[in-house]
Amino acid sequence: MHYDLIVIGCGVVGAAVARLASLRGLGVLVLEAAHDVACGASKANSAILHAGFDPEPGTLMAKTNVRGVELCRDICAELDVPRHEIGALVLGFGQEDLAHLELLLERGRQNGVGGLRIVGQAELRALEPGVSLEATAALYAPSSAVVDPWELTLAMTENALANGARLELGARVTAIRRGDGFEVETDDGRSFACHSIVNAAGVEAGAVHRLIGGSDWGSRPTRGEYYLLDKSAGHAARHTLFQCPTAAGKGVLVSPTVHGNLIVGPNAELIADGHATETTAAGLAEVAAAARRSLPKLPLHENIRNFAGIRAACDADDFIIAPSPVDPAFINLAGIKSPGLSSAPAIAEMALELLGAAGVEFVDRPDAIRGRKRVRFRDLDLEERQRLIAADPAWGRVVCRCETITEAEIVAAIHGPVPATSIDAVKRHAGAGMGRCQGGFCGPRVQALLARELGLSYADICQHEPGSHIVLGPLGAPVTEEGGAL
Amino acid sequence: MIPCQNLDRLFDVIVIGAGPAGLAAALAAWEEGARDVLICERATEPGGILDQCIHNGFGLEIFREELTGPEYAGRYLDLLAGTGVELLTDTMVIGIDGHETTEPGAGTMSAAPDVHLVRITGARSGCRDLRARAVVLAMGCRERSRGGIALPGSRPSGILTAGAAQRYVNIEGWSVGRRVVILGSGDIGLIMARRLTLEGARVLACVELLPWSGGLIRNIVQCLNDFDIPLLLGHTVIAVHGRRRLEGVTVAAVDPDSRRPIPGTEQHFDCDTLLLSVGLIPENELTRAAGIPLDSRTRGAVVDENMETGTPGIFACGNVLHVHDLVDYVSAESARAGRAAARYALSREARPDSLAVLPAGELSYVVPQRLTRSGLGRSQTLYGRVRRPLPQAQLLLESDGVVLARWKRERLTPGEMIRLNVPAVILQQAGSGLVLRAEPLDLTTEEERP
Ligand SMILES: Cc1cc2nc3c(=O)[nH]c(=O)nc-3n(C[C@H](O)[C@H](O)[C@H](O)COP(=O)(O)OP(=O)(O)OC[C@H]3O[C@@H](n4cnc5c(N)ncnc54)[C@H](O)[C@@H]3O)c2cc1C
Repeated sequence: MHYDLIVIGCGVVGAAVARLASLRGLGVLVLEAAHDVACGASKANSAILHAGFDPEPGTLMAKTNVRGVELCRDICAELDVPRHEIGALVLGFGQEDLAHLELLLERGRQNGVGGLRIVGQAELRALEPGVSLEATAALYAPSSAVVDPWELTLAMTENALANGARLELGARVTAIRRGDGFEVETDDGRSFACHSIVNAAGVEAGAVHRLIGGSDWGSRPTRGEYYLLDKSAGHAARHTLFQCPTAAGKGVLVSPTVHGNLIVGPNAELIADGHATETTAAGLAEVAAAARRSLPKLPLHENIRNFAGIRAACDADDFIIAPSPVDPAFINLAGIKSPGLSSAPAIAEMALELLGAAGVEFVDRPDAIRGRKRVRFRDLDLEERQRLIAADPAWGRVVCRCETITEAEIVAAIHGPVPATSIDAVKRHAGAGMGRCQGGFCGPRVQALLARELGLSYADICQHEPGSHIVLGPLGAPVTEEGGAL
Repeated sequence: MIPCQNLDRLFDVIVIGAGPAGLAAALAAWEEGARDVLICERATEPGGILDQCIHNGFGLEIFREELTGPEYAGRYLDLLAGTGVELLTDTMVIGIDGHETTEPGAGTMSAAPDVHLVRITGARSGCRDLRARAVVLAMGCRERSRGGIALPGSRPSGILTAGAAQRYVNIEGWSVGRRVVILGSGDIGLIMARRLTLEGARVLACVELLPWSGGLIRNIVQCLNDFDIPLLLGHTVIAVHGRRRLEGVTVAAVDPDSRRPIPGTEQHFDCDTLLLSVGLIPENELTRAAGIPLDSRTRGAVVDENMETGTPGIFACGNVLHVHDLVDYVSAESARAGRAAARYALSREARPDSLAVLPAGELSYVVPQRLTRSGLGRSQTLYGRVRRPLPQAQLLLESDGVVLARWKRERLTPGEMIRLNVPAVILQQAGSGLVLRAEPLDLTTEEERP
């Protein structure tokens, strides 16, 4: 099989490219090193669809951000991805910050962001009652939105697959040979031929580019740590609350998430290892202190999880969206730091243009599948739920009590177009384990469902990547069978 | 107890949860004369957390015997077998009076003001609202997880709560680890230290942030000391290592005042498992969604001596109300709730006025938080816990600045609940409110007082 296009990496950027390319008639193969999609930066970020006032006018970041969030609005609607336009406030603390707010307002105007305005303290407090009294003004961006980045990535991937694309998980690209097209080799010894490549390998895009002798743009991975608070704290803020960027970075935000939790973070720490996603006591303390500046009564005791994400920063100040100097049919999407989530669909458009320029031909596909529907038990009314349970009792079995996720939803995720094969993948695909007990209750039950559905032993099931086993094996003596709440 | 057949009728009492609290409440409601009593349970079997507590030590107060958890539950099931109390298993309650825990707002509100709606979902029972005159909340508690203590480090597998490990080992029969460190010295963690040792694992240490343990003294002796497992008081885990499976933890001593790690005291433990026993949280999502007032100290509902919450006809008992140390006290408290729920359902009498009971001094909470005026005419049991260990202490019951009564107590610890029986003669002197105060007793100064 000779593919028109191989996409390396299935984060939000790779998924957006795969989706658009398959909609435009290309034969697409996506190679992803991890055992699920959205396992890199697309898994661990602030999940904001930025309005677009932040990037400097004229940059690729500015251009793709504004266009990207516009496209996201439709994509989320078509593909049933949760997205809420809650608006954002950049808080100004005193006179010095006011000048910065004016600058952001002007940048926003130049970037074509609608609805921006500066609000005084009275209006700020009306919009956001819990905000610090030290905040004297704010830039209000009503079009800023929050999204589920896992589901956005998953939904675009599924849409690509529905339109004929193929996805290989656990397939790390280790070698690329150029000849008539490319010969791409993965770490499990397989090789795939294609006409063109899009490099969407995130923090590893430099390493992938080196495989064809290209440069790596001086990778500077930058870690950001977070708190994620329980839904009971989700109302502590109504908008995404930013602070003015300082020399130290873009600043810590506090925001409701699309699911109604509260997210707090990130800091910015340059690290040596682009995979070092551990959190640190110092980093978390820094985040907590900074966030309290915005929201003095931040209920951090409602924390349910800490995590860290790694920005694929590099020596270039802007995104790199360009053909490789080594080969024009090899398109690099590198240095896609923030606002990469917002920009992804627009980056994909640009990537396709570049492919076109390299001689790739597209076809219109009026038959293409544009929609995707996901059934979420908790969002249905009683009658709809009743109907589903009558057809399949698994709809009546609530497995995740915090998020009210049913067995049927979990089984659907396990057998989905992108199969969820670990506990964490089930969490991202179906929502089980996302709540306040963080899988303490449903983890073993999800594990049992995975074992049953995949025909594996309980002991084979992993938390996330291979090797992250949860139980070691049966106890010495045989034990009574469990009644189980499944 | 019999399986429920007719879900359409109006129940006297619906009990949510078939753990020790729910079983005792349902039994008491039946004994009080309620005849349409239903227990909803999400698991396949009744018993709640007792099913996985295969160690002994249950029932000393109520049955005057040392029973295991399943045996204790069995006693209640035997008692219920002679009643017409009905049981609906494999059924999760997801909302009360139209308010769901996940807020989709698809609520149908109660038709009649004195009827409560209990929204259930189950494979057999479907998703629907059941009707009841009275509801008893008996959902128990859950364990605080890693996020609750913001434990930094990587996120490998092998970090789990003690209760989850208990379920894996005792119910499902799986080994959870070979080299184990336990963070927190709550009772489940202590019990699991012994259990895992007996199953052949090495428990390297039990690490406790505070200068004292939150567990029962008998558990420290029988589960740690008897097996030479070190208890590191005033220590905590400051980092976890490993990407896939846990590979080790770093432990450090903490400053007793700031509770911050002291640099230079770090020690490394090679371990594949970290059990967390860092506190229990009453499971009050249904309660909160239904708008029932909660006490920020207990994280359970505010109740009066009948265990009635701020919403008339809704009662709460057991660990969903406040975390208990012994199951026997759960049963006693829940029986009170069940009786009162039955009386409410059968007579529907209006609730008398009540006054507040507040904790003070070294007392971190008191339950019930309110006493009705008619309740002041009977002796009442107050429950509470101290914030820190007090070798010698006194408990003072005050009203409007006047001390009504004083009790001397020895060895009060946060791990053990205070149960105080207050006679009616004292309660009758209450003015506008009551305060229960715990104070350290310094014997020398005490004698100098007039
Ligand atoms: C802390 C933080 C906060 C952020 N907040 C926001 C925000 O609020 N809003 C916003 O718009 N943006 C935000 N971003 C930016 C956004 O998250 C990223 O720009 C975006 O997720 C990048 O997506 P990606 O697909 O390029 O990379 P990734 O999601 O990292 O995907 C790259 C994929 O490539 C795979 N891969 C790597 N090498 C290989 C190989 N050799 N073979 C096969 N596969 C390979 C990886 O496994 C990975 O799955 C944030 C980023 C971080 C880190």
